[in-house]
Amino acid sequence: MYTSQTNRRSFIKKMAMLSAMTAAATMFPGILFADQQEEGIPNSANLDWKKGPCRFCGVGCGILVGTENGKAVAVKGDPNSPVNKGLLCVKGYHQTMCIQSKDRLTHALVKKNGQYIKTPLNEALDIVANKMKETIEKHGKDAVAMYTSGQSTIPEGYVASKLMKGAIGTNNLDCNARLCMASAVAGFLTSFGADEPMGCYEDIEHADYFITWGNNMAEMHPVLFSRMLEQKSRRGAKIIDFATRTTRSSTASDTSILFEPQTDLAVANAICYEIINNGWVNRSFVEKHCNFSKGLTNMGYGLEDNYKFKDKPSTIDFEAYKKFLEDYTPEKVAKYSKVSVKDIKYLAAIYGDPNKKVVSYWCMGMNQHTRGTWMNNLVYNIHLLTGKISQPGNGPFSLTGQPSACGTAREVGTFTHKLPKGVVMNEKHRRLAAKIWKVPYERIPAKPTYHATEMFRAVDRGDIKFIWTQVTNPLVSLPKTSRYRPGMEKDSCFVVVSDVFPTPTSDVADVILPASWHIEKSGLYGNSERRTQHWDKMVEGPGETTPDAWMTIEVAKRMGYGDLFPYSEENHVEEIYNEYRQFHEGAKHGMAPLEVLKKESGVIWPYVDGKSTQWRFNAKYDPACSNGEDFHFYGKPDGKAVIWQRPYEPAPEVPDATYPFWLNTGRVIEHWHTGSMTRRIPVLHKAMPSAYAEFHPEDAKALGIRNGENIKIISRRGSCILPASINERGLPTKGQVFVPFFDENMMINDVTLDAFCPISKEPDYKKCAVKVEKA
Amino acid sequence: MPIKSYLAHPHSGKKEQLIQALSSIEQCEIMPAQNKEVLILVTETENESEENLLKEKLETINSLKLLALVSGFNTPKNN
Repeated sequence: MYTSQTNRRSFIKKMAMLSAMTAAATMFPGILFADQQEEGIPNSANLDWKKGPCRFCGVGCGILVGTENGKAVAVKGDPNSPVNKGLLCVKGYHQTMCIQSKDRLTHALVKKNGQYIKTPLNEALDIVANKMKETIEKHGKDAVAMYTSGQSTIPEGYVASKLMKGAIGTNNLDCNARLCMASAVAGFLTSFGADEPMGCYEDIEHADYFITWGNNMAEMHPVLFSRMLEQKSRRGAKIIDFATRTTRSSTASDTSILFEPQTDLAVANAICYEIINNGWVNRSFVEKHCNFSKGLTNMGYGLEDNYKFKDKPSTIDFEAYKKFLEDYTPEKVAKYSKVSVKDIKYLAAIYGDPNKKVVSYWCMGMNQHTRGTWMNNLVYNIHLLTGKISQPGNGPFSLTGQPSACGTAREVGTFTHKLPKGVVMNEKHRRLAAKIWKVPYERIPAKPTYHATEMFRAVDRGDIKFIWTQVTNPLVSLPKTSRYRPGMEKDSCFVVVSDVFPTPTSDVADVILPASWHIEKSGLYGNSERRTQHWDKMVEGPGETTPDAWMTIEVAKRMGYGDLFPYSEENHVEEIYNEYRQFHEGAKHGMAPLEVLKKESGVIWPYVDGKSTQWRFNAKYDPACSNGEDFHFYGKPDGKAVIWQRPYEPAPEVPDATYPFWLNTGRVIEHWHTGSMTRRIPVLHKAMPSAYAEFHPEDAKALGIRNGENIKIISRRGSCILPASINERGLPTKGQVFVPFFDENMMINDVTLDAFCPISKEPDYKKCAVKVEKA
Repeated sequence: MPIKSYLAHPHSGKKEQLIQALSSIEQCEIMPAQNKEVLILVTETENESEENLLKEKLETINSLKLLALVSGFNTPKNN
């Protein structure tokens, strides 16, 4: 038919265009094409443009979605958003295309005799509520669990927390943000007593140097990287890429410095050694605003079930810290980090130069680390020693991978130990939650239970007998899925999965609930720079798709908790947000009223007297500072930040004669996380149809591996067959293999190790030992 | 019916002229980068001889420094 031929040619043209865009992105990391915004917009379109945040990463770009006759037909960057100023990346432009996917989950599915039966949603919710109640009656409240997401909206996370902690009275709630930024949280809390970055994206316009720590921003945070490149070309700002693998970010940077996996701990200490040894310490800042502490060492790696660890901090003085650093001279560290003495001194000199403004950026490289909390502490040490913090262009900045890892997981608190304000261990915080939730204070347990890895271990052991996952795909994203997939398949646990598309996780569900996608519901996200963004529902979802928040509320009502969830279906987002805001009242974390968020393209908290606070802890910008000094780290009782003595310790599993390669896993620009959305967007899927294993050319030659040839990567836990990639997207160091994890048909997480940081409980996806064979 | 995509690199400071020149050619569709001195060019011609004529035409554009082929597709004539 003529129409289909036209469509085919138009599709081929689009593919040709995308191929060129991909090539351009390789040659010019951070490149942006504004015309892409207009693509797909009918010539005669009279579109209704509605604002919201992008569905994908933690940058939180503002988008405008053009709708016509109830359908989303175009996406463009929001020019009013201070985050992206009208720009978007390739994923952002195409995001709404996944809604049309033919295999969309439109109705509830209930497994009966091994078959999924289409079931009215009301009946499916009855089954979920009855099963949850029955499990609690038979096995106790700690036999049920919820596992949610850094992609859950603020209201979705809030009602999940209220149901589990306030209504049922269990702390069996954790989320996939545990897998991506728990180390950043633990780092902020231990160093500053307050979570989330003190600065904001506007730092990019002020910094002289950007030092990225294990962070491929050109592919993972392309819009921010593009802003950095603009500063590089406009005023000569410098980008230094410090990483274990050469990526698009490395080639676009001024300097690329490679290090041996895990030795970032030693290099950070060496930088501090140099700063002190050369007299670059900002003495007045350190004396006024910092304490020194050390914690326990040789903590283990959480490899065994029911592993427990509690740090015991003790105060030290500057001299003791200085003495500790003597083990980290550049000469000593260069020997095992494979970073030259010259490069260590170069990095230290940048941080140490009082006339240069420096921002450090990191994401998964530092967070997915068995010493992730320490690594975060160590970068804070560098900024604290030099006083380069909480000022425009100066500061440490942990980026997030998910659109509301900050807004929902961290601020609402969908971790086992968290409450919407504070932690379950703190009586004051429990009392505040009980008061706002109108539940007896005694109902909220004072002890955290299962963090993500341990939660799925508990499912495997049979301790958790009911689990409900929302907006996440753990059977692709967890480490060591070779254990956790069979665990979830066991009859001992009833599995409920809410999602938009079928995934390997929904494949093991007893009940599948059809969730509304992003713009099919109203919601709020919070991005990496503390910016809260609201959007209104833009289109109707298909079939019986329903917002996760509303499905949680319906289950709560069926379980007899209706009085705690008095929200209306039409206005529940607004009602929940207004209730939630009460937790954060005050100058330290005040959230903007909803009417402001409806109008603006997001605002940054603390929102005080109608203004965003861009730089916390700095009296010039932050009205919560009250000590009469220039800076006030008010998260700590004495108002001082902590410089931590944290040593280098090796990874739990290192290459040896049997498993001679490091395995590093990560992402690619075309796909977002486990690919359940982006692999359903034809242009993105075509551009990157499957995963691959990157090799250093010398390793490939030694193994006799050709480009594209199938190879098998084997660890002590499992194996995965993928095509080899040599001198293509990225270049691992010799002795390292890199594999992206987006492809559910090539399950690299069957191979990875479930070791985690003992403080943050965040797993390390970047380091384990593997061998390679021809497949 | 060849469809090809290229990265078109302008001479220094000539990006706007290159955009104008390419926009005036019927078989050319362009997408300029917002923040770099490069643009994407997608060409769609009826057959190889038209393709060759187009190439000759492109080579005469003064503002064009380099044309780098990225992808090429050939679809059946009636598609």
